[in-house]
Amino acid sequence: MKKSIFGRLLPVVVLVGGASMASTAWAQAGAEMLANTCAGCHGPDGSSNGPATPTIASLSTDYFVMSMKDYKSGKRPSTVMARIAKGYSDDDIAAMAKYFQTKPFQRPGQKVDADKAKAGKALAKKYCESCHEDEGRVGEGVGVLAGQMLPYLQYSMVDFLSLKRETEKRQKAKFDALVKDLGEEAFQPILHYYAGVK
Amino acid sequence: MFEIDRRKFLVGAGAATATSTLVAAPHVARAAGGKVVIVGGGPAGATAARYIRRADPSIEVTLIEANKDYYTCFMSNEVLAGERTLDSLKFGYAGLAKAGVKVVHDLVVGIDGAAKVVTTQGGQKFPYDRCIVAPGIDMAWGALPGYTAEAAEKIPHAWKAGPQTALLRKQLEAMPDGGVFVMVAPPNPYRCPPGPYERASLVAHYFKHHKPKSKIIILDTKDAFSKQKLFEQAWAKFYGFGTANSMIEWVPAAKGGKPSAIDVAGMAVQTELDTIKGAVINVIPAQKAGKIAFDAGLTEGNWAPVNKATFESKKIPGIHVLGDGSDAATMPKSGYAANSQGKVTAAAVVAMLKGQPAPTPAYVNTCYSIAGADHAFSVAGVYTFDAEKNAIAEVQGSGGLSPLDASEADRKREVQYAQSWFRNITADIWG
Ligand SMILES: Cc1cc2nc3c(=O)[nH]c(=O)nc-3n(C[C@H](O)[C@H](O)[C@H](O)COP(=O)(O)OP(=O)(O)OC[C@H]3O[C@@H](n4cnc5c(N)ncnc54)[C@H](O)[C@@H]3O)c2cc1C
Ligand code: HEC
Ligand code: HEC
Repeated sequence: MKKSIFGRLLPVVVLVGGASMASTAWAQAGAEMLANTCAGCHGPDGSSNGPATPTIASLSTDYFVMSMKDYKSGKRPSTVMARIAKGYSDDDIAAMAKYFQTKPFQRPGQKVDADKAKAGKALAKKYCESCHEDEGRVGEGVGVLAGQMLPYLQYSMVDFLSLKRETEKRQKAKFDALVKDLGEEAFQPILHYYAGVK
Repeated sequence: MFEIDRRKFLVGAGAATATSTLVAAPHVARAAGGKVVIVGGGPAGATAARYIRRADPSIEVTLIEANKDYYTCFMSNEVLAGERTLDSLKFGYAGLAKAGVKVVHDLVVGIDGAAKVVTTQGGQKFPYDRCIVAPGIDMAWGALPGYTAEAAEKIPHAWKAGPQTALLRKQLEAMPDGGVFVMVAPPNPYRCPPGPYERASLVAHYFKHHKPKSKIIILDTKDAFSKQKLFEQAWAKFYGFGTANSMIEWVPAAKGGKPSAIDVAGMAVQTELDTIKGAVINVIPAQKAGKIAFDAGLTEGNWAPVNKATFESKKIPGIHVLGDGSDAATMPKSGYAANSQGKVTAAAVVAMLKGQPAPTPAYVNTCYSIAGADHAFSVAGVYTFDAEKNAIAEVQGSGGLSPLDASEADRKREVQYAQSWFRNITADIWG
């Protein structure tokens, strides 16, 4: 997976004055070139200005690669990412994952319901924090919840609960417990809380 | 591909050939990392400026833009529908200045590719090592008899945002209920292929809520259009399309929709068989590269031919042409494409100034269309460079349209994602 990131940065061809092309052997595009194509939707260096499209900066490489592969295969539902992800090879995806992991997740703050967020904090601690550590900032294998766009988090919950997006066994156990204890509405304060983390 | 103006512009196409094999001349003006002069501060030019500075702050970048503020065409159809203010489309150049770009507001009137100097109307001269020309489009006045720049003050095109958008909105607001809004849709290729049909949708959305007895007639020079099935599905859902009571009527060329002349005084569009009067008329005419591309000798036919890996002109070395004005066909003329090409060009220019080979490019296009309340869909494309054909080639199996059978929930999500796209791409372009 790591083999050729460096080799990909330069094409094999030398351009004379840039106007003529000597040969057709171009290497794969480099990580930054590939990653830059995402910024129009996800924001400069992957940090979104919202309101809905998620920030992809700082995602762990594992989670990033899994997400792209799941979009590609159709395992994970999406409005547009399946069509985008199919344009990239495994090597391309690995290179972009590394690139975005080094970029900071900008948290300029978004509008959330303060009361809900307050109520959500305790619930998150009880039902979610074991996997979404440090107030959801740590995204090892699970995605970053802290400061993520609220509508996106809500869409994700809808997809989990309708079983369109696969839910890991222990994660599902926690979701079921929350629903049993407090009902499905209890997800809302939790999501407001995570969305509001700075 | 060039339907209307081909003959006119093929004359003179041979004038500036043969220069393209020249190796770059010694540099004229030495800044530490070289001087780049950019003509045009739309999505293509402004993106290139930011990304060059980002990659190498030792390069001196001067961006020359005619206007103090830029109004995006994207989302301007929402302004026509009364869902957005014109002001929300306005972007200044302070963000570029903050990134270290020297911004000059003036009109470029000449580019001397041999002396490597750009000249403005204000009499300023800007020497360059590499020049980037991103002038967008101009209307092909004269292609449709009767439709002139002067006529556009009464019958707007609103295909460049700003005063034209405000004028069309004012006319739609003033139109009495029961009026007919006639739109002339342009021949290919033109800026924003789904744009005319998104416009018809959003004007219908406005009529439905404010002037429900009104009608929209689209007179088309084509027999098919971008995202057609998705639009027709939305029109059926929201505006009665396909019934006798449809608010929107689309007349393709094959059914006599092709306009032959515009009668400005009579407020009517003439087709081969008919004269169609409108209370409000919107003519979106045929288009070609911005004027400076012609004046500088960069065009062939209506557009500027380029090397698709570097966007360097095939006619004059040292000058790159990108965005709507170039012949980057396969990629539509869109803001997303212009932004993507800006980054490819920036990387090429940075490398070439160092005497290095340009890096392998990667490109993406996407375009959202909002067609009704909580109803949007998109087209996406991922592209690589095909050196053999000097073409931008879509990656097989990728991209394409939102599915026809997408759920209502997904159509609603795409509205939210379209709004996000607007905020993110404008931040990426102007900072
Ligand atoms: C109604 C409508 C809806 C659209 N919706 C979308 C959408 O949803 N998504 C999308 O991706 N695209 C959309 N587009 C297309 C998009 O607006 C264009 O593709 C994009 O603006 C092209 O960018 P550009 O930089 O090439 O040209 P332009 O945006 O035209 O910028 C060119 C700039 O150069 C300046 N200039 C020109 N000549 C000179 C000169 N001689 N000297 C100095 N300055 C000069 C101009 O003033 C202008 O600011 C839409 C277009 C329309 C009309
Ligand atoms: C047309 C806009 C668009 C483009 C271009 C785009 N994305 Fe996305 N991305 C989205 C949307 C919208 C979602 C939410 C899922 C959906 O509905 O498609 C998303 C979701 C994602 C996610 C999941 C984030 C998470 O926290 O789970 C990843 C990862 C991602 N995109 C990566 C990329 C990469 C890498 C690129 C560039 C190669 C890219 N995207 C280009 C719109 C876009
Ligand atoms: C047992 C571990 C675990 C627990 C507990 C858990 N999650 Fe998760 N969560 C995951 C995993 C794993 C993923 C990644 C799922 C995937 O895409 O395969 C995830 C992803 C998510 C996402 C989507 C992130 C994105 O960027 O798309 C949301 C939202 C989320 N979890 C919310 C919650 C909430 C709310 C709780 C508490 C009620 C919770 N999770 C509890 C493991 C857990």
